[in-house]
Amino acid sequence: MDHLLGIPPAAIVGQLIVGLINGSFYALLSLGLAIIFGLLHIVNFAHGAQYMLGAFIAWAMLEYLGLGYWWALLIVPLVTAAIGMLIERTMLRRLHGLDPVYALLLTFGLALLLEGAFRLKFGASGQPYASPLSGGITLPFAFLPAYRIWVIVASVAVCVATWWFVERTRFGAYLRAAHENPALVRTFGIRVPLLLTLTYGLGVGLAGLGGVMAAPIYQVSPLMGSNLIVVVFAVVVIGGMGSIVGAIVAGFGLGVIEGLTRLLVPDAAGVVVFVVMLLTLALRPQGLFGRGDL
Amino acid sequence: MHTPSHTPRRLPAWAIALGVAAALAAPFVAYPVFLMKFLCWALLAASLNLLVGYVGLLSFGHAMFFGSAAYVAAHSLQVWGWDPALALLAGAGAAALIGLVGGALAIRRQGIAFSMITLAIAQLVSFVALRAPFTGGEDGIQNVPRGRFAGLLPLGDDLVLYYLVLAIVGAGFWIVYRTVQSPFGHVLTAIRDNEPRAISLGYRVNRYKLAAYVLSSALAGLAGSLKALVFQIATLTDVSWTTSGEALLMVIVGGLQTLAGPLVGALVVVTMQNQFASFAEVVLLLQGLVFVVVVLVFRRGVVGEWEAWRARRAAGAAATKINPPEGQA
Repeated sequence: MDHLLGIPPAAIVGQLIVGLINGSFYALLSLGLAIIFGLLHIVNFAHGAQYMLGAFIAWAMLEYLGLGYWWALLIVPLVTAAIGMLIERTMLRRLHGLDPVYALLLTFGLALLLEGAFRLKFGASGQPYASPLSGGITLPFAFLPAYRIWVIVASVAVCVATWWFVERTRFGAYLRAAHENPALVRTFGIRVPLLLTLTYGLGVGLAGLGGVMAAPIYQVSPLMGSNLIVVVFAVVVIGGMGSIVGAIVAGFGLGVIEGLTRLLVPDAAGVVVFVVMLLTLALRPQGLFGRGDL
Repeated sequence: MHTPSHTPRRLPAWAIALGVAAALAAPFVAYPVFLMKFLCWALLAASLNLLVGYVGLLSFGHAMFFGSAAYVAAHSLQVWGWDPALALLAGAGAAALIGLVGGALAIRRQGIAFSMITLAIAQLVSFVALRAPFTGGEDGIQNVPRGRFAGLLPLGDDLVLYYLVLAIVGAGFWIVYRTVQSPFGHVLTAIRDNEPRAISLGYRVNRYKLAAYVLSSALAGLAGSLKALVFQIATLTDVSWTTSGEALLMVIVGGLQTLAGPLVGALVVVTMQNQFASFAEVVLLLQGLVFVVVVLVFRRGVVGEWEAWRARRAAGAAATKINPPEGQA
């Protein structure tokens, strides 16, 4: 196989890698959204801004404290999760029991606030962040940069770990039970409000982690979140709202579809995710892995 | 949004007369273009309020109607040399068509999923606007001629254009008011408050929702076409999600389910835009702040809180008097 449909294999592998990279971020972000939606019934519009925040904290740690990528990978998710829990405690908590649309509007406002504040400080241009891994693997027909391989492997690992955590551990069972019947879970002596706070923190922490991993690939820019979030919303709708498996599969799958579309019909690459979303809605309105009741 | 329904009270005649007089005198006091901008945005907000407030459908993509209509109107004015009256109709019609197709898909899901889907469809539309041959890409369509409305009114004169915009926006508000008051509007409110019950009563809920969605998109399109006529430009900003967000902000600031809310909301947001015209990031920051404060502190919006305050005061007065005064139902 030297040419497939008249396209050199190097280009195919290249776009496949780009697709998997983008898909890694789609999956990480839609995973966090799915977890938050599954328990809190909130669409976290600030997810993109929190991802951007993660990238900026990583950048600031390197710039001002001299702490490099691997430290950021450890600390940033914790910091963003803490910020998320603070937001949940001070603001989202007060909207509990109201129409979920108010939480959507609140988080939308937070997203504007964060993006506005960072644009005021840093402008719309990006800050560079050096890649922590140099070198890569040279295949017969393509070169795979080491950092990109790391991102794909790491995000697959995080996705699987999160899935295992929610679906297979005792804490995860509490989460799912609190989603089904919060009143009953409370009578068992489980502190559901605390569970909500921790869940929101977990989702935001995943967004922060995504931000750190994105920093060396894309530039650290105030606009990076809002550019991504709408695509991620479409991914969530395709995967099925609140479905963890759906978020992961749809995230990676759409990244690859987008990459291959760029190869075949370059102009359509920007819209292919939305077209897939419309097709999904027409054929299977609840999403690929969604349940009818959500 | 699932508050018990309340039909808007009839405004007293003196208030309507005062409002009309103020609207007629306004261009002699304030800059006409600013007023026209305010009116266009108010119509956009009113169209969204019809959907969010009275049907309970939170559309996050109203910019697609506003922006596409602006492009269609601008193109038909500039390239085809159409009469402005036809261009306005073409813009609103195009928006209604997009609303029909997009709405048919979006209303398959309810609640938050509906919002996310409308946002994604709007994003699709804005990608098309970026790439389509007739939209001028990043530049947009510029220097759109205003022409003569119905071959008679010279719209190059800001004052003439102002009164035209006022009449059309006024008609738009009247349509919203009539819709909300009509039997059709009552069915919409019933669907918002309890959809399963509306279904069990035999209403084809999705047809009602789609009809409201198309009406709302046509009105948003009318607002967008007017905007293209006033500013003589149609750009990517008009179809971007920030415009959808601003429309939503106006609705929330003014107050859901209030007819005057969109006016107040549009005045606040447009004033904010003008004050900080050269600092986009400050506008973003302030809008975010206003969103957060309104949602946390006064969810009923300016007009909604004012009405609630009046209702409380009336209830207090009724409790102290033996015979409550008339008209305080």
